[in-house]
Amino acid sequence: MGEKKDVWQGTLALMVLKTLDVLGPQHGYGIARRIEQISENLLAVNQGTLYPVLIKLEQEGSITSNWGTSDNNRRAKFYTLTKSGRKQLQAESRHWRQTTAIIDRFFAPEKAL
Amino acid sequence: MTWWQRLRNTERVEAQLDAELRFDYDQRVAANIRAGMSESEARRAACLVFGGMEQVKEECRDARGTRWLHDLWQDFRYALRTLRQNPGFAAVAILTLALGSGATTVMFTVIDSVLLKPLPYPQPDRLVTLNEATEKYGDTFRLSYPDFIDCKRDSRSLASMAAWSYGGGTVSKPGAAEYVASREMSSEAFSVLGVTLVQGRAFLPAEDRLGAPPVAIVSSRLWQQRYAGSPSAIGAPLVFDGRPYTIVGVAPAGFQLDGEADLFTPLGQDTDPRMQNREAHFLPVVARLRPGATLAAAQNDLAPIGHRLAQQYPKSNAGFGFKVHPLLEAAVAGVRPMLLLLLGAVSLVLLIACINVASLLLARAVSRERELALRVALGAGRGRLARHALTESAVLALAGVALGILLAAFGVRPFVAFWPGALPRSAEVHLDWRVLLFALAVSLLCGILFGLAPALRAPVRELEQTLRAGARSMPGGSRRLHSGFVISQIAIAVVLLVVAGTLARALLRLSSLDPGINVRNVLVARVALAPRVLANPAQTRAAWNDVLDRARAVPGVKSVALADIIPMRAGENALGYWTTPAAPPLNQAPISLASGVTPEYLKVMGIPLRKGRFFTDQDRTGNEFTVVIDEVLAQHAFGQTEPVGKRLFVQAMGPTTVVGVVGHVRHWGIANDDQAPIRDQLYYPFAQVPDPLMPLFSRVMSMAVRTGVTPLSVVEPLRRALRGTGGDQSLYEVRTMEQLASGSLARQRFLMLLFGIFAGLALLLACIGIYGVLSYLTSQRVPEFGVRMAIGASARDVIRLVLRQSVGMVFVGIALGILVALAAGSLLERLATGTRPTEPLTFAAMVSVLAIAALFASFLPARRASRIDPMSALRQE
Repeated sequence: MGEKKDVWQGTLALMVLKTLDVLGPQHGYGIARRIEQISENLLAVNQGTLYPVLIKLEQEGSITSNWGTSDNNRRAKFYTLTKSGRKQLQAESRHWRQTTAIIDRFFAPEKAL
Repeated sequence: MTWWQRLRNTERVEAQLDAELRFDYDQRVAANIRAGMSESEARRAACLVFGGMEQVKEECRDARGTRWLHDLWQDFRYALRTLRQNPGFAAVAILTLALGSGATTVMFTVIDSVLLKPLPYPQPDRLVTLNEATEKYGDTFRLSYPDFIDCKRDSRSLASMAAWSYGGGTVSKPGAAEYVASREMSSEAFSVLGVTLVQGRAFLPAEDRLGAPPVAIVSSRLWQQRYAGSPSAIGAPLVFDGRPYTIVGVAPAGFQLDGEADLFTPLGQDTDPRMQNREAHFLPVVARLRPGATLAAAQNDLAPIGHRLAQQYPKSNAGFGFKVHPLLEAAVAGVRPMLLLLLGAVSLVLLIACINVASLLLARAVSRERELALRVALGAGRGRLARHALTESAVLALAGVALGILLAAFGVRPFVAFWPGALPRSAEVHLDWRVLLFALAVSLLCGILFGLAPALRAPVRELEQTLRAGARSMPGGSRRLHSGFVISQIAIAVVLLVVAGTLARALLRLSSLDPGINVRNVLVARVALAPRVLANPAQTRAAWNDVLDRARAVPGVKSVALADIIPMRAGENALGYWTTPAAPPLNQAPISLASGVTPEYLKVMGIPLRKGRFFTDQDRTGNEFTVVIDEVLAQHAFGQTEPVGKRLFVQAMGPTTVVGVVGHVRHWGIANDDQAPIRDQLYYPFAQVPDPLMPLFSRVMSMAVRTGVTPLSVVEPLRRALRGTGGDQSLYEVRTMEQLASGSLARQRFLMLLFGIFAGLALLLACIGIYGVLSYLTSQRVPEFGVRMAIGASARDVIRLVLRQSVGMVFVGIALGILVALAAGSLLERLATGTRPTEPLTFAAMVSVLAIAALFASFLPARRASRIDPMSALRQE
């Protein structure tokens, strides 16, 4: 468990958006679990980081929230991706791919050596 | 949710956050159990991931971005709580601020409405006034009618120009006869100002000339009163001074031409000879600049017109030129310096109030140092503490200023009513949003001003030292700040006290001056003759004699006279004079006040006769023209030679013989006469006024009555006696000479009273400040005094120790204050005539008042310090 890495600054918002894009409406716990699963438990999502990000995203209008019922019949707050959130996701993922491609190219020659 | 909704629904938002996080936590625990952990293990693991519910919540609250508002609200409630715990402190601080800001708000309201706000006309900044000016007397001359006509015709930069003159007369039909104020105005007056009439129309240019049909415009008041506000008033007849007029328009309510008037007639129809006389400067002129023309352009444009007139009419116009001023500036020029002086004074009072509250707050902050250190130790940031301190002072400031605004709302009207003489635009004075904005700015400024010192004191370094040392430590910086507060308070109080003292001394000195007349038991009033006698000069003279006879018969009346100008009352007539038949141009001739009087005038006024004789009934038309001069004119014109029997050539009269010399009368007011530009005085017999001038004189003549009883008790009998055979003769502007004399000192008295109040307030506040600061400083030194007394210091030594501290501060404050007061003195000298900039006696008296008060204020804490028990004082350490 101690080997888990914290989420890098700034990437958590992107992960949240992508998760909501893939899974549809989801509560905070679900989002955290999904991110942990996708990372094959290499990432630990700290609640003290996740919930402020959710509040910020909601204030920016990228997501909205509604109270609904969870699988085990408890009231939970579900977050949904909005239209502008989807646009933001597209822009950010394009940007992310570019960034990673550049970084990859930096490291590729070293591997070749 | 918007941020506002979030803020308003704080509790719901918090509950939802709690529910959401709890759900997350429960899910985790459940998942852990499913993964095979025991319940306690599952909870522990969930907690590890979660990292503490409260921390998560704090992070979320920060993320909401409304944190500062919550903090503000928290600080605000905390400030209210602390103030409520200290009701005495809060009351003193708020009341102090309310007085300071209330006075400042009143002054600002008046300044804003009178000096700053544009005049209530369209495009008011294009409006200007015109005067004529000579090098010697400045631009004090109004325009003559021929000059006005020439100027209007030739000026390029002025789009339109209007002239008007003061008047008054009896309206006798419809309704009862009543004296009303009137104005003669040229046809453009309403259009220049941009005022539209409520009914009918303004005068036509064709009506603004001799021989045109007599038309009139009435005020809204007269229209309501005599025509019941009916539109049929247009075209209706009206009889004014015995002449029938046709009404063509109704002026809007509140319309003013230097004061309100009820009747307006065309200036061009005036048949008086002065209308053709270029030497008769009697017309105020208002004009509107052409679009794009500047004041300087107008001035340049008018200069050649003045030159041309001077060449064309050297006798009357040589040396004269035109001068343009913005209308607003000209209207308020007389009161601007005084208003600004008073604003300065109230600002000083406000400053003292702020300093007072600041020193109180600072003293409290120092004694709360431990509490603050504890807060820092618990994690409060320096900014947070400073914000907290500022919030507290802002709450105080807002409360104080709110109360101040309330005081101002009630205080503005009495202040305006109490203003000496007429305050221009006084009807426009009221509180409005600009004033509220000003008050808000003042309160913010105060809050920052006196909140800053305590705020910056928030402890950050040497925390544990502060915590260990307790509240008894006293850093030097704070002691210096305290002394600084006391010193500046004393300095300001010195300034206000010295100014008040200077004014009081001036008033005392002026009150003891001899006005030159015996003001006791003299009544003066203007008389409106029956309109029908004004057409015929012989009948007019007979009517005046009838007035004198009737008045003389009233019981209690000892002697009666007529005069066209009355000392110390507005309205003058000045004429040029010279001692040789070859007259110099008018602008080089000396000028004298000239008063047409009846023979008993000297007796009524109690003016001493120095040489020769005064007028008799023999001085009348047909006989040789005679004048009586005062000792000032005698000195100027004849020096050491004997004036009686000499010839004097007076403008518009020609050669006259001097038959007597009388004492000088302080005509311009007791205070102002010494500085007046025209001090020479001459008298001529009213009976020698030529026939063509009789109507003009009859409009301005006043009656003066010396009584053997209280002068006001004969007013009603006089009114009844003078009503005349037609019942349409009336008295108006009834005053006693004592009222006029004391009115001429009204400005000095007004300033002295206000400064007296300000100075008293400043003295009180400064004493409270000294007392507070010294009590505080002394209480900080209790252990020290304990040690001193334990090793043998007497109570007297301790008192001396404390007093030495305060004497130092008082001394520096007084020295600073005297320096500023010296500078203020010369300013005051220009504003209130009769004051002198440096009066050592006044300075000494006022400074000792302050020193005694300050020492008394510091003696109380000193005595308290001397009575402490050394043992208990030492135990406190």
